[in-house]
Amino acid sequence: MTDSGYFHTMRKPEAGTEKTVDVMVELRQLRKTFGPIVAVDEVSFTVGRGEVLGFLGPNGAGKSTTMKMITGFLTPTKGTVTVNGFDIWKQPLEAKKSLGYLPEGAPAYAEMTPLSFLMFIGEMRGFRGTELYRRVSETMEKVNLEGVAHQPIDTLSKGFKRRVGLAQAILHDPSVLILDEPTDGLDPNQKHEVRGLIKTMARDKAIILSTHVLEEVHAVCTRAMIIAKGKVITDGTPAELEARSRYHNTVILRLRGPSTDGVQATLEGLPGVRRAEALDGAEPEYRIIPKDGQAIIGAVSQCVHRQNWDVVELSVEHGHLDEVFRSLTMPAQALT
Amino acid sequence: MGRIGVIFKRELVGYFATPIAAVFIIIFLMLAGAFTFYLGDFFARGQADLIPFFDFHPWLYLVLIPALAMRLWAEERRGGTIELLFTLPVTLWEAVVGKFLAAWCFTGIALALTFPMWVTVNVLGEPDNGVILASYLGSFLMAGGFMAIGSCMSALTKNQVIAFVISVVVGLGFVLSGFSMVLDLFSGWAPQFFVELISSFSFLTHFNALSRGVVDLRDLVYFLSLISFWLFATALMLEWKKAE
Repeated sequence: MTDSGYFHTMRKPEAGTEKTVDVMVELRQLRKTFGPIVAVDEVSFTVGRGEVLGFLGPNGAGKSTTMKMITGFLTPTKGTVTVNGFDIWKQPLEAKKSLGYLPEGAPAYAEMTPLSFLMFIGEMRGFRGTELYRRVSETMEKVNLEGVAHQPIDTLSKGFKRRVGLAQAILHDPSVLILDEPTDGLDPNQKHEVRGLIKTMARDKAIILSTHVLEEVHAVCTRAMIIAKGKVITDGTPAELEARSRYHNTVILRLRGPSTDGVQATLEGLPGVRRAEALDGAEPEYRIIPKDGQAIIGAVSQCVHRQNWDVVELSVEHGHLDEVFRSLTMPAQALT
Repeated sequence: MGRIGVIFKRELVGYFATPIAAVFIIIFLMLAGAFTFYLGDFFARGQADLIPFFDFHPWLYLVLIPALAMRLWAEERRGGTIELLFTLPVTLWEAVVGKFLAAWCFTGIALALTFPMWVTVNVLGEPDNGVILASYLGSFLMAGGFMAIGSCMSALTKNQVIAFVISVVVGLGFVLSGFSMVLDLFSGWAPQFFVELISSFSFLTHFNALSRGVVDLRDLVYFLSLISFWLFATALMLEWKKAE
């Protein structure tokens, strides 16, 4: 279960249910070295239309470098990238036309206003006249920039700057979107807004986004990929990733009243249960860990009925993404 | 309007959106005036020409243009906008040429604003306006040469101070190689063609030829090929150093 092949086999039935496998981005054995440092090491994957791929990984894992190669900013040492069928190095202009990119930190020309900046990007993308005005005003509306349209970008708050970056990436309605930490530095409301925006765009686009925030994977991604030391460690749906957690399908049971001795032993006697841990708290609370991640909620709830326990809480945990993340990216320390 | 034009427009407007435009133009005009009237003895000479005015241009450009050029690419790198620019559907040379042309055009605007000098000399006497026009052309081309060197140095390093200093030194080399003082160092021992080679690389040799009123194709070709060379070098530097 530790090799990544596990997830590839799990993905197969799902791939069959997809209507069309419309590959928008394809990476083949992509490698990038900076002197002796290997930043990206033979990474290969494809992203199809309708997919939102979350790039996870510790700082310096090679997420941004990979994105910079997909968008054609960095030249790979080896390997190829195709965007919408065009090789990013052999046909860069065609490939870049179907690409929207939000670089890390959402850079923009500081002395410009959001309006003049977006007009510039639109003109660079080949829009003119009324089409240009329509695109710019629609995009500003989408990301709620109208209120600050005439303020210089360097006077804007971090949230607005991020939205300006997002606006320039989606201005030409690209079929491929690459977003490097799109919600970094935003407050919870702004995060929610940006995630909503990504979700509404997801249907007819291929989106790759990198993030440090694991909850984001749940919120927007259809697929999650963990990268560490330039290599892809896992690739699967967020649910599959959670299934790798020690706490996958763990049941939390909280009872009213003083703790009684027999409870823990009774729980451990149930079929499929590996262990029941008593948790600290005012009321007796147990974490019931299943064998091999099997579903035990049925058995537990029947047992509760039989024993006539006074239940305050009964819930299933899907697993902790951050725990999976830690165990995959720093295996030695996760054991302790 | 092509993509070069779009970049050109953004850059040129950008100069005027920041204090750079005002500071550069005011300083340029003040220094040009001060040099002409005090060091060049414009009035005392009693001649209806602009020679004392144009004579100081190489030295003005030597310091002022690197100051303008140093931010061309260093600024894009510092702000991360270089990543934005080169992931747009634009080629490397379009970006290099667009940004250069805007900066060059900006120096042209500063130069054009010295027109009161031309008015003055026409009020006071009857100068040869053909010579003055040729001098303006020479001065503008020379500004382009300094700007192209500065563009390359700006692409070379993220540090604007380093870009400035190297541009001044390289520019100084291109100015001094036409000075008789420098050429005398070689003329004693080096073969004649070598001395001429050094002198032919100089801004001064070609600028002086133009400011005498002789518009020779060779001088135009010299400046334009010099600009092309340094812009080509800029593109190479960017390709090489983009990731930093």
